Amino acid sequence: MDAVSQLQRQFVEHATSLYREGYLDDQFTQLQKLQDESNPDFVVEVVTLFFEDSEKLLNNLATALQQESIDYKQVDAHVHQFKGSSSSIGAQRVKNVCVVFRNYCDEKNLDGCLVCLQQAKNEYLLVRNKLEALLNLEQQILQAGGSVPMIT
Amino acid sequence: METTMNHQITSSKSQQLHVLAVDDSNIDRKIIEKLLKVSSFKVTVVDSGSRALEYLGLEENTNSTQFDDLKVNLIMTDYSMPGMTGFELLKKIKNSSTLKEIPVVIMSSENIVTRIDRCLEEGAEEYLLKPVKLSDVRRLKDSILKTENMGMKPMESNNRKRKRNDDRLPVLPSSLSCHINASMSPPASPQQPTPKLC
Repeated sequence: MDAVSQLQRQFVEHATSLYREGYLDDQFTQLQKLQDESNPDFVVEVVTLFFEDSEKLLNNLATALQQESIDYKQVDAHVHQFKGSSSSIGAQRVKNVCVVFRNYCDEKNLDGCLVCLQQAKNEYLLVRNKLEALLNLEQQILQAGGSVPMIT
Repeated sequence: METTMNHQITSSKSQQLHVLAVDDSNIDRKIIEKLLKVSSFKVTVVDSGSRALEYLGLEENTNSTQFDDLKVNLIMTDYSMPGMTGFELLKKIKNSSTLKEIPVVIMSSENIVTRIDRCLEEGAEEYLLKPVKLSDVRRLKDSILKTENMGMKPMESNNRKRKRNDDRLPVLPSSLSCHINASMSPPASPQQPTPKLC
């Protein structure tokens, strides 16, 4: 089997497992459909923005939850933003944690919030690693002159 | 000087529709811009309600044939934004004699019926749930083209995205008269402000 086919197969396996395990949802597919020759790096650019945004938000959340007197409205605002951005790129598991997180904010439940923060961080790191691997495979396929299989 | 409106029935088909998109999230701005460009819209994206109004004020002041391409045919705004919310922006637009004819679409990640109703009652064309899809944008385009071409007031058309099935829409006096609105006066100010681009 030639190099391109092998890479393509790896790509399909990896992508399929991401969807199957709920790391990604249909929104990610929608983004891939928007990519075209005029903007071949669209998905990479959006995903990069997401990584930058998420790291800032996670730091802000950690800080906000360390305050003597916690401003839950502020915490909620950050979580809302995180929920929005993860939803926009299709990072389903991160988004789901944010939903639970917001409930704890409403209840002003510090322990709940801290648990969610940790979960959000874990899910973010997982999806980040998996996306990087996926986009890496994509790059390799393109560089080898192949085309990237579309996962529907 | 007579103001030439580019909502003329014969020309709107050949012109690209111009959308002003408003969202405080950089990720969502990037995505909506792409969705709109892929759907053949001309797009201007800003990050806040106040910048949107700045842009619209600018567009209003350069209301001559040379600047037709600045004319905004549709505004799409996020609901939850710091400072001015999308709802507040909607109200300001609908209360402006010069801007109220521009259809406004609200985008939100939250499916809250009272919020949706409030937006629609305030004059929003549609309330789209985020993440916005290509099919939403395409449907919007058809709806806007239809109202432009037929000179109908946008609220008369029956594609409304609602979560409830009742007919509590405020009914406007139906006017199949020309879409060119006589209440829009030509720019009166002797001094044009220097155009500031966002």
